[in-house]
Amino acid sequence: MDNISKHNNAHEKLMQAIFFLSASVSVIAVIAICLFLFLRGFQAISEIGFSEFILNEKWGPTNVPPSYGILSMIVGSIYVTGGAIILGVPIGLLCAIFLAEFCPPNIYRIVKPAVNLLAGIPSIIYGFFGMQVVVPFVREYFGGNGFSIMSSSIILGIMILPTIITISESSLRSVPESYKEASFGLGATKEETVFRVVVHAAGSGILTSIILGIGRAAGETMAVVMVAGNSAMPLDKIELLRPIRTMTTNIVTEMSYASGLHQLSLIATGAVLFVFIVILNTALSLIKSKSARN
Amino acid sequence: MSDKDKIKIENINLYYGDFHALKNINMKIKTNEITAFIGPSGCGKSSLLKSLNRMNDLIEGVKITGRVLLDNIDVYKEMDPTVLRKRVGMVFQKPNPFPMSIYDNVAYGPRTHGIKSKAKLDEIVEQSLNSAAMWNEVKDRLKKNALGLSGGQQQRLCIARAFSVNPEVILLDEPTSALDPISTMKIEDLLTEIKKNYTIIIVTHNMQQATRISDKTGFFLQGEVVEFDKTEKLFSMPKNKKTEDYITGRFG
Repeated sequence: MDNISKHNNAHEKLMQAIFFLSASVSVIAVIAICLFLFLRGFQAISEIGFSEFILNEKWGPTNVPPSYGILSMIVGSIYVTGGAIILGVPIGLLCAIFLAEFCPPNIYRIVKPAVNLLAGIPSIIYGFFGMQVVVPFVREYFGGNGFSIMSSSIILGIMILPTIITISESSLRSVPESYKEASFGLGATKEETVFRVVVHAAGSGILTSIILGIGRAAGETMAVVMVAGNSAMPLDKIELLRPIRTMTTNIVTEMSYASGLHQLSLIATGAVLFVFIVILNTALSLIKSKSARN
Repeated sequence: MSDKDKIKIENINLYYGDFHALKNINMKIKTNEITAFIGPSGCGKSSLLKSLNRMNDLIEGVKITGRVLLDNIDVYKEMDPTVLRKRVGMVFQKPNPFPMSIYDNVAYGPRTHGIKSKAKLDEIVEQSLNSAAMWNEVKDRLKKNALGLSGGQQQRLCIARAFSVNPEVILLDEPTSALDPISTMKIEDLLTEIKKNYTIIIVTHNMQQATRISDKTGFFLQGEVVEFDKTEKLFSMPKNKKTEDYITGRFG
């Protein structure tokens, strides 16, 4: 008897250790990435100067003398992310509402797998699609050479759809039936009930989907690099139909040949991107918890 | 106004798929009275209640035959359900305030029906909460989330919310079954107080509640109305043996 309980005890301890180790992996990974990013990035920023790096729009690491300003890329990232949100959120949200509240089962059987499939497409394919279809489309109907903020926004807008649709749909579905009954009971129509009660009650889940969508759009690299044109624009030349360079595409286009301070400055760009996303997420979570409290 | 038949239920049969849930129901509900529906679980009393404001329309596979007349107008043939539900309000078994502020809960109905003026909405909110005897309790925290209220307060808020669209009839589906005795008493007092302005139908599991507040009582069993009479009469000298067995606690 004693032996068995000792055995069980040891077994339990072992399992606990395994669980603990598994849990540690992600924490260690985050810490390691942060250390790498900020130590190396800090090195670059302290050499270049914070304001020279963040607030200067001139990027020319191979110029003589070199300049390391990434402001136009920060603005570029904000533009393409904003564009993706403007396109992706309304479409995604309306699609989620349709799926959760209005969709007949036979149509659901087609739309739902299509959305899931969209989530599984690799970003390089989105990039190809953008290059071959969206860029010519924008060139043809809007002007410019097609490689632009607009093309990037369209591609990113499509890429964030599955995130927004899936999370919003499940939060819309989890709204209790009793809220709807109450609304119908007051003489509201189905549309009024959905838009004024169900969407409202699912607000926090919808906001979560938007936060994740923003993170996805701001961090996306491969698809953007293929449609954005990638020239770092001075701020006064940034336009919807002109090429743009974002923080992510800056890193990926130059990493292969950069060395020394140039390379460090790219890592620092990554650190800024990281902080950018963290600030966005924190801001939105604050809004979320505030609206939840009221 | 008094003595008028507000609602006439004529030959109502209701089926959930193959299940025959209501069998040939005929009843007349009088204005400014409280009518109670009693009976064991599954006897059809809630189904009948939900037929009166067409909430059964929302359930798939429901078939209803017969007529429900509100002021002699057939609610299934001659009335839009949204209009009907504005005139015939409902309070549910479980308190179900919206996850919004107390104010927005009460203002939801009037806003839905097109009232936008802030002054008008303020007035309706105050009146409705007053009628539900809770204005003084909540007037200083109208902007607070309604889900922070106690269960009894939530249910009274739901009653206030039902008042907000100025209905003529109020249906209550076991409104106190989830509440403590004091909250229950408050709601019963409220109902007897407001019946002068409304026609009230209440489904209840609680026979004492029916005797305390209702003018008429209908006893339901297996989808049929066994007996429908003045409450006093039904409980003191029931005509039907089954009614007697039920109210004396021999089954149910």
